[in-house]
This record gives sequence, C-alpha cells and structure tokens, in this order.
Amino acid sequence: MTIAPKAPRKLSMKDRYSALTRDLDWEPSYVSPDELFPQTKFEGIIIHDWSKWEDPFRLTVDAYTKYQAEKDKRLYAVLDGFAQSQGHLSLTDASYLNAMKLFIQGIAPNEYNAHRNFAMLARHLNGGGPRFAALCQCLDEIRHAQTEIHTLANYNKYYGGFHSFLHQHERVWYLSVPKSFFEDALSAGPFEWLISIGFSFEYLLTNLLFVPFMSGASFNGDLPTMTFGFSAQSDESRHMTLGLEAIKFLLEQDERNVPIVQYWLDKWFWRGYRLLALVAQMLDYMLPRKVMSWKEAFELYFEEQMMNGLFQDLAYYGIRPPLHVDKAIQEKEYVSHQAYWILYQFGHAAAFTTSVPTDEHMKWLEEQYPNTFPTYKTLWEKEKKNIENGGRHFIRGLPQLCQVCQIPMGFTEADDPFVQAQRESIFEGERYNFCSDGCQYIFDHEPVKYRQAWLPVHQIYQGNCGGPTLPDVLEWYNLKPGDGGEYLGSMDHQNWLKWHGEADSAEGIDEGDAAYAGKGH
Amino acid sequence: MTTIPAAERPVGVDIQENEQNRAVIEAIEADNPEATVRHMPGMVRVQSPGKLVINRESVEERIGREWETHEFQLAIISYFGHIKEWDDDQILIAWDH
Repeated sequence: MTIAPKAPRKLSMKDRYSALTRDLDWEPSYVSPDELFPQTKFEGIIIHDWSKWEDPFRLTVDAYTKYQAEKDKRLYAVLDGFAQSQGHLSLTDASYLNAMKLFIQGIAPNEYNAHRNFAMLARHLNGGGPRFAALCQCLDEIRHAQTEIHTLANYNKYYGGFHSFLHQHERVWYLSVPKSFFEDALSAGPFEWLISIGFSFEYLLTNLLFVPFMSGASFNGDLPTMTFGFSAQSDESRHMTLGLEAIKFLLEQDERNVPIVQYWLDKWFWRGYRLLALVAQMLDYMLPRKVMSWKEAFELYFEEQMMNGLFQDLAYYGIRPPLHVDKAIQEKEYVSHQAYWILYQFGHAAAFTTSVPTDEHMKWLEEQYPNTFPTYKTLWEKEKKNIENGGRHFIRGLPQLCQVCQIPMGFTEADDPFVQAQRESIFEGERYNFCSDGCQYIFDHEPVKYRQAWLPVHQIYQGNCGGPTLPDVLEWYNLKPGDGGEYLGSMDHQNWLKWHGEADSAEGIDEGDAAYAGKGH
Repeated sequence: MTTIPAAERPVGVDIQENEQNRAVIEAIEADNPEATVRHMPGMVRVQSPGKLVINRESVEERIGREWETHEFQLAIISYFGHIKEWDDDQILIAWDH
C-alpha cells in the first residue's frame, strides 16, 4: 500500500472537537435555560457547570460518519458472503440458534428503545458535549437494531423462532424480562437513564452480555453474528465511556448527588444482573461448543474488572459497590442451572427449543461447577428417565412471577438448593412477591411504580392474552409449530439432519423447506 | 473492600483478532512492557497494571502506512479502566484514583 502524502492538518483533534462540538452550542437569549431544558431538574440532581463534561473520544460528526460507514461496509460484505455460500449449514448445530432467537426477541427491540431515549437526551441535556455524545449513541443504537435484525433475518429463511420477534417481544412471558427492564429505564428521568443504561448496563454489565454472545458466535460458526456483534461492540466502548463520564460528572458536580446516584446504582446493578440470568443459561446450556462458563465470565468481567478496578476508583467519590453484589457472587455457582431449568420446563410456551444436556455437556458442567452441578445433574438424570418412559417434563400450570424482574420464581436460597427463595411486601393492602432481596429492595423504594408491572401470568388470568387455554395463549403469542418445545425431533433438528445427510445434493436446502409454518407473519 | 492502588489495578482492551489489528496489538505489546495477552475466540485481550498506551507512531511503524488514532474505534471491542487521553498521537487508558 502506498502511503499518501500527509495532508496538512489545520487543527488538532482537541481543537477540532472543541470547534465542532462545543463552539456550536449557545446560550439561549429569548427563553430561560429552564424553559429550554425542562427535564434536568426534577430528579434532584444538581449541576453547576455543564462545560465540565468530558468526552475523551473527542468525536466530531465527520469522524463519526466516516468510521461508522466503514464498520457497516465491512459488516454487509460478511452478511452477503455468508448468505450466498449457505453459511448457515456450517454452524455447529441448529440448536446453537436458540441463543440467537433469544437475542433477536429480547435484545434487538431494546436497541431500538435505547435509540429513542438517547434521542431524547440529545435534545434535553443542557450541555453541548453530552448532547452530541447522546446523539452519536442514538444513531449507534438504531444501527444496532437494524444490523442485528438484518443479520438474523437470513436464519429466518430456514429456522423457526425468528419470524415474529417483535410481536413476541411485546407479549411472551420470558420476553417481559428484558422488555420491562428497558421500559423501567425509559420511564425514568434523563439522569437515572444515564446511570441505568449509560453506566450500569453499558459499563458495568455490557461485557457480560455481548462478549459471551459474540465469542459464542465465533466459536459456533456464526460469522455474521460475530461480525455484527463486534461491530456493535466497537460503538459500545464509546457508550462505556459516556456512562463512566456521566457518573463521574454527576458525582463531581455536587456531593448532594452522591446518595441519589448510589441508590440508582444499587437498583440498576440488581435489575441488570437479574436480566443477565438469561445470558448465564445461554452460555452454559445453549452453545453447542462452549466458550467459557457463566461463572468464569462473571469472575473475569465483573469481579476482576469492576469490583477490583472500577469500584476502587468510585470509592474516591464516596460510592460503594452496589448492595446485593454479594448475592450475585454467591449465585454465580448456580444461577445458570436454575434459569435453564425454568426455561426447559416452560419450553412449550417459548420461541426457542430446549433439551436435556448430553453426557459430554454434563461432564463439562461438572468440571466448571464441581460444587453445585452434581445436584442439578440428578435432576437431569431423573428427566432422562422420564423421557425414556415417554414423558418429557413440561409444566402445565403458570408460575408466580417476581413483581420486579418478572422471572418465574424458581431461584433458591443461596445456601440451600432445595428451598425456593420467596420474599413479599404488603403495599396498600396488596401482597407482592419477589425472587430475591435485591428485587424486594427495589420495590420497597418505589412501590407505586412497580405495582403497575404488566406481569404476563397475571395478564393471562385476567383474560388479556387471547383466551383461557394454553392453545389460545400460544396463538396470541403467534407461536408456530417448530418454534418451541423439545429440540430433539423438532423441525429445526429434522431439517438439520436432512440437510447434512444430503450434503452432496442441493436438494433440501431451498427456502421452500423452511422450518416453520408461520412464514410471512 | 481492600484498597488496591491505581498503579497496580489492571486496565485493558479487548480487540478484534484480524490481520489489520495485528500491528496494533504488536505496538501495544512493545510500548507496554508489562502487558499480558490472552486469546479468546475472535478476539484478543491485552491488559497491563496501572495503565496502557497506544502510540500512533508505533502502530504506523508496524502497519506501514499512516494511521490515525480514531481508527482504533474499528479495532476495539471493549475496555476496562478510564480513557484518560485520546489525541492525535496517543490513547491512554488508566484508572483515576
């Protein structure tokens, strides 16, 4: 490659950023700042000087568009190549796609939600620096929604579970977990949003969400997902920076902000951590070829980087690690086993499939979790006997959901795998149930907000979900044959065997054989 | 929580493992003698106690063309620490306190 002659550079990065971002801001003259920015007072956060906000990326709009275009170009080249070469046939197994079904149903619609709220921040924050950073993130988030949907759309031609992700995001029980998490943040003020999504989710926990999904994709032959994931994640490092700047900025502006931020941190750590139970089970149970266990990922990305790194830094401002973090550390030994067991038992009402771990898989789990997996292994051995006798286990009743995280209350006490954890609070004569101390703590601080939760099970009983019987509800979910249930013998599984048994013939891999009947919905 | 001084707490970056980024990773290794490298599927994690620098000139020497620090946005997947400086010549990740 020839080296182009160096163009004369008129301004340094610092000066360009200052000229193109800060200098384009102005003081309002014919309305007061409070009229122009009506959203930044009511949460009790005190800001003295918005110009103190730092953006280490020093991003300007020309640099932003240049690099984002390059990222998209690289991604779309990969997507085309993969689709043209029937790349889906080189996945490790069709069951790998269960992780991606969960991703498109649970995460992609929330990327869109994130874009909506950052658009709001790009309008409503007082400072020019944070407004521009929010604008870039708003554009990033809609790019993520689009690239995720575009990437996974290719699998929709051949596999079940992808066809109605948005419809299902709005309705299906397990998807109310990510949906309610984001709507909780969307319905908060701009500063709480910055701490909930900007900081807690993007800085504290994002690595636990994205990196395992993308390394999992890389390890299981899913080139497009790996590429979109790393492409999205490269924006994510900017988002992490925004989140970290946000928390430091709030803490530096006024010490009266410290207790408000500390509560948000306590709340949003636990909200985010509970959401990640879905990722924990994905890592330990859904990937045919394993990357690392949830326990290892948690130790690496949370305990080492956050507890031993970040929170040491924040201690300077009087911030302590979030409440209930000790519970999360205890749970790393078993949360994935319990979360997958819940999904397995309600698999007939899900848009992904589940199956008993193979012997080899169980051996791996035993190596990763020598202290806890033996207990769960006895469950699976018992379930294998059920299946031999023709009775795969599905729960026909409906579970009690936690009022805050909305996960079925199947988690146990940390010191006893046979005692279900259950907490309750009474508010204005009504009893509310929680899966954990962390969820109860949040409810007790904001009962008026959380009593309004749209709990899928309650809604079914109230007659708002298509009808009183299971088939009524599944139809209302738009679940089609082949979307959920047991993986072995499912349409995805049968097609997979057929396509691989006939590898030297092109027959059987056309779209007419698509694994589900719900195409076109 | 036991206090660990900022100079000892590791900071690091996760970088996509591809041909373009090889020069970047080599430059980081050369400029941060205490750095350790861990390979994971599709990515490389480089971490170093206290701080980690990426120098434009070191990358350019290895990549054989001009390289602006903004280009690092195409390589980075994630990081831990605080981005203290990102200018035309250098990116510096370190803890503050």
